[in-house]
Amino acid sequence: MTVLTKSAKAALSEGRRSERRLAWWLCAPAAIVMLLVTGWPIVYSFLLSLQRYDLRFPDRRAWIGVENYGTVLTSGFWWSALGVTLLITLVSVVIELVLGMAIAVVMYRTLLTRGLVRTVVLIPYGIVTVAAAYGWKYAWTPGTGWLAAMLPAGNAPLTEHWPAIGIIILAEVWKTTPFMALLLMAGLALVSEDALKAASMDGASAWQRFTMITLPLMKPAIVAALLFRMLDAFRIFDNIYVLTNGAQDTSSVSVIAYHNLIGGLNLGIGSTMSVLIFLIVAIIALIFVKGLGASAPGQDPGGKR
Amino acid sequence: MASRTRWGFINLIVVLYALIPVLWIVSLSFKDPGSITDGSFIPRKWTWANYRGIFDNDDFVRGLVNSIGIGLISTAVAIVIGTMAAYAVARLQFPGRNLVLGISLLISMFPQISLVTPLFQIERSLGLFNTWLGLILPYITFALPLTIFTLANFFKEIPWDLEKAAKMDGATPVQAFRLVIAPLAAPGVVTTAILAFIVCWNDFLFAISLTSSSAARTAPATISFFTGSSQFEDPTGSIAAAAVIITIPIVLFVLFFQRRIVSGLTSGAVKG
Repeated sequence: MTVLTKSAKAALSEGRRSERRLAWWLCAPAAIVMLLVTGWPIVYSFLLSLQRYDLRFPDRRAWIGVENYGTVLTSGFWWSALGVTLLITLVSVVIELVLGMAIAVVMYRTLLTRGLVRTVVLIPYGIVTVAAAYGWKYAWTPGTGWLAAMLPAGNAPLTEHWPAIGIIILAEVWKTTPFMALLLMAGLALVSEDALKAASMDGASAWQRFTMITLPLMKPAIVAALLFRMLDAFRIFDNIYVLTNGAQDTSSVSVIAYHNLIGGLNLGIGSTMSVLIFLIVAIIALIFVKGLGASAPGQDPGGKR
Repeated sequence: MASRTRWGFINLIVVLYALIPVLWIVSLSFKDPGSITDGSFIPRKWTWANYRGIFDNDDFVRGLVNSIGIGLISTAVAIVIGTMAAYAVARLQFPGRNLVLGISLLISMFPQISLVTPLFQIERSLGLFNTWLGLILPYITFALPLTIFTLANFFKEIPWDLEKAAKMDGATPVQAFRLVIAPLAAPGVVTTAILAFIVCWNDFLFAISLTSSSAARTAPATISFFTGSSQFEDPTGSIAAAAVIITIPIVLFVLFFQRRIVSGLTSGAVKG
């Protein structure tokens, strides 16, 4: 009897050890690729940011400490781009949240053409951003575009600062609202019908039910969707590149960093911007996780379902 | 009845919201050069010339080949190594599990532009600049977090008693994975593969930064280099036609896999 238990225990721990080994082997390739392609470049980027390194003048390469950070942080272009990026991020995410919630409710409540609506809203999500951006660009180009044709003659919205920002936000909102709506729809499925029915019997109006039951219950889904969309919007590049290419002070931080690298071939300054953008993204994520209690997917999975 | 009409109307608005900008590009791509600047939503004169033009353009055809090849290879690799990691994360207890999830999460939030400058320099010194591999590596990396999260969620839905049964019949964990779980997981894998492919197909920033010629430049990047001189004085029609071409695969995926894509996109969100 004792012998049996002992060997069973040994078998168990042997099983556990082999499970552990299997898990490591299974995870290793993914972990190695992800670390190699992001970890080393970000360290390298930090090292480059401490150097004067312009590919047009490679001989003048030198370690200069934090001088590049001073250059970037005292540059009007950087702050203007950061302002534009934050503005576009905040405005488009707020619109996406409201509009996305409306579409989510429509997709969730509608019965007859549910499949059609869900299929159709996936198209903006899936379409190549650059393709959609050209559509918006030509739509607003005087002479060519059907939207521009509705404006009073002589208007070229993409050549003016605020209208251009508005169109960038429009393009961004159009493309990403369906994704937001899908995430929110998944959140709607968590709201119990019983609670809604009970509230309705107690005389709560549709609006009261929505604000006092649905929204609080959906908070985790909303916060997670907001976090991911904000970080995504902060990286905005494709739409701006196609619509204005940064003209009329519409550059985002990604666009000026790109232009410093490809146009300017200035690795030092480009890397400095890369590091700063990375830090800002980290700060936004931290604010969400600490301040709003966002828990991202995968963190503690299975724990809360 | 009144509410049915109301829902019908609301649905119509949503459908129009999603489709009008797409239909506009389609319309633009069918306009002939003479009428392309008339600002009309519907072409007055239809023509296939724009499509013939871009398929006569070697750079665009090469771009399409690059996009398809790079997208398929990146997706395949991401799916293989992502499936392995997702299985471990979903099913096995091991130290380092949260580390794998943490790295994936970090990368899913990572600003791609922060990688462009160092990768540009690293790839130039390694000879990977302007090659397929030079794009495949970052694409795999950015497709992996999505792959791992989505698949881990799919794997949790699988009836694992079957795995236990297989193990009782003497299968090793590896055999249980290969013979029992992999076939059950196939639908989830297909869904994830579609999502990963869309991520790669959509990329623009890496494609314009890490390439310098049509050797590796993908279709979206190629389009942005269209100029009037190659086919027409004005590239509008060619760009619109090319935009439609690169949208077709997405529309096909959406039409055939709508339900799967929705469940794949939302599987991670609910638990968040």
